[in-house]
Amino acid sequence: MLQRVLHISYLIWDYLYSNLLTLWTVASHTFSKADTVEYPDQMPYLAPRFRGRIVLTRDPSGEERCVACNLCASACPTDCIALQKTEDETGRWSAEYFRINFSRCVFCGLCEEACPTYAIQLTQDFELAEYQRQNLVYEKHHLLIDGPGKHPDYSFYELSGKAVSGRAKGAGKLEAPPVDVKSLLP
Amino acid sequence: MHTALIQLINVVAILLFVVFGAALLTWVERRLLGIWQDRYGPNRVGPLGSLQIVADMIKLLMKQDWVPPFADRLVFIVAPAIAMFVVVAAFAVIPMAPGIGVIDLNIGLLFFLAMTSLGVYAVMFGAYASDNKYALLGGLRAAAQMVSYEVFMGLSLMGVVMLAGSFNLRELVLAQADGWFIVPQFVGFMIFFVAGIAESHRTPFDLPEAEHELTAGFHTEYSGMKFAMFFLGEYVSVLMTAAMITVLFLGGWLGPAWLPPLFWFLLKTTLLVLSMILIRGALPRPRYDQLMAFGWKVMLPLALINLLATGALKLM
Ligand code: SF4
Ligand code: SF4
Repeated sequence: MLQRVLHISYLIWDYLYSNLLTLWTVASHTFSKADTVEYPDQMPYLAPRFRGRIVLTRDPSGEERCVACNLCASACPTDCIALQKTEDETGRWSAEYFRINFSRCVFCGLCEEACPTYAIQLTQDFELAEYQRQNLVYEKHHLLIDGPGKHPDYSFYELSGKAVSGRAKGAGKLEAPPVDVKSLLP
Repeated sequence: MHTALIQLINVVAILLFVVFGAALLTWVERRLLGIWQDRYGPNRVGPLGSLQIVADMIKLLMKQDWVPPFADRLVFIVAPAIAMFVVVAAFAVIPMAPGIGVIDLNIGLLFFLAMTSLGVYAVMFGAYASDNKYALLGGLRAAAQMVSYEVFMGLSLMGVVMLAGSFNLRELVLAQADGWFIVPQFVGFMIFFVAGIAESHRTPFDLPEAEHELTAGFHTEYSGMKFAMFFLGEYVSVLMTAAMITVLFLGGWLGPAWLPPLFWFLLKTTLLVLSMILIRGALPRPRYDQLMAFGWKVMLPLALINLLATGALKLM
């Protein structure tokens, strides 16, 4: 009997204590600072690798980096990149049109990872809202920026060993002259 | 003529106080819950966001007055009116200060209990008329909950009645001139507090509308002003419970004379309302069977023991 009474009193104390502790914990937050970032008035912190609006960059000499290889389009899980290759008289490839439909893009960054020329890059801009859905389809002139973005010194044609007019194979900065395989014959 | 005019002013002022107080309470509650959850709550409209209620009201008024085609039309429309009516009517008997109060009934306490009991009809009618599974479940829970919590809500007050020897709320307050009833009737106070929260079905006793299981419970099908009536009814009943506890256990308007009696009444009521919001912000909702077991196996015996002890002490 006594044990029962003790047990029940313990239970009552336990319930009361845990509830009062909860109340106290919540009440003590009256004086703690709010975690809210009041966004339009105050910019939230964005991580350096934040993935936002996509841009097409240029190489250090100001040429378009994109070589229209279509790797980004095939990596894109939502199929929202569309482009067409064209070739200029120097033999350089570039995109005739380059279209990203931001109403379908999920900002996964796979296009950036797939790109062999660092042309396509994601930026920290996330304020893309539009009143009309059609306005979310960005064409090449919307996407192309003037600078190199990340990797400012990278230039695909200097490193790739591809000949374009004005520069032969192996003339790039870090390239070795091409090996004449026939000279290796015994 | 003169007294009639004063009475009229009294009635209108108290009605406005109740309705606007309840509307303001929606903002106060959201701000406080926000602060306790380390965020701000509505703080954009007007100073500190206090005009949020105006924005909400405009929004709710502009909404389509929609009655679902499958609903029982008449009952569907009457239910929110009942919800609002009973709580406002119950407020009528609450004496705020000497000379301030709508009506001075001899059986004010019984009238209050009767009106809160009628509140269950609003929920049940609303639930039945909606012809919706969630609403029906909410209505069932509400009916069971309110009926069982009513029992010891009344019983917990009888100790106070015994001590004061009156059902008249003004006399109950005056009987506390040399000691608030919260001291001899602490158990009664606790029980009434719990029952009051259950009566206004707020967390942790909000099973009739438990958002996570029942979408919105008995008012799932309601929108626009009819929803607002239910909502406002709930907040008025919070105010009412707090005011009632003040009157019955905390000495109503009694307090040091350097401030007007009305101030003391409002101060005590406000503190109680704040504590009810804190409880809402902190405690989780019990399971339905736990709620019933708590009511019948803990609160009811406690209320009876309290009654018995009070009676015995009174006789001695
Ligand atoms: S971020 Fe992802 S979804 Fe968007 S364009 Fe690139 S690959 Fe496609
Ligand atoms: S952006 Fe990069 S991956 Fe896409 S087509 Fe151009 S070069 Fe290829």
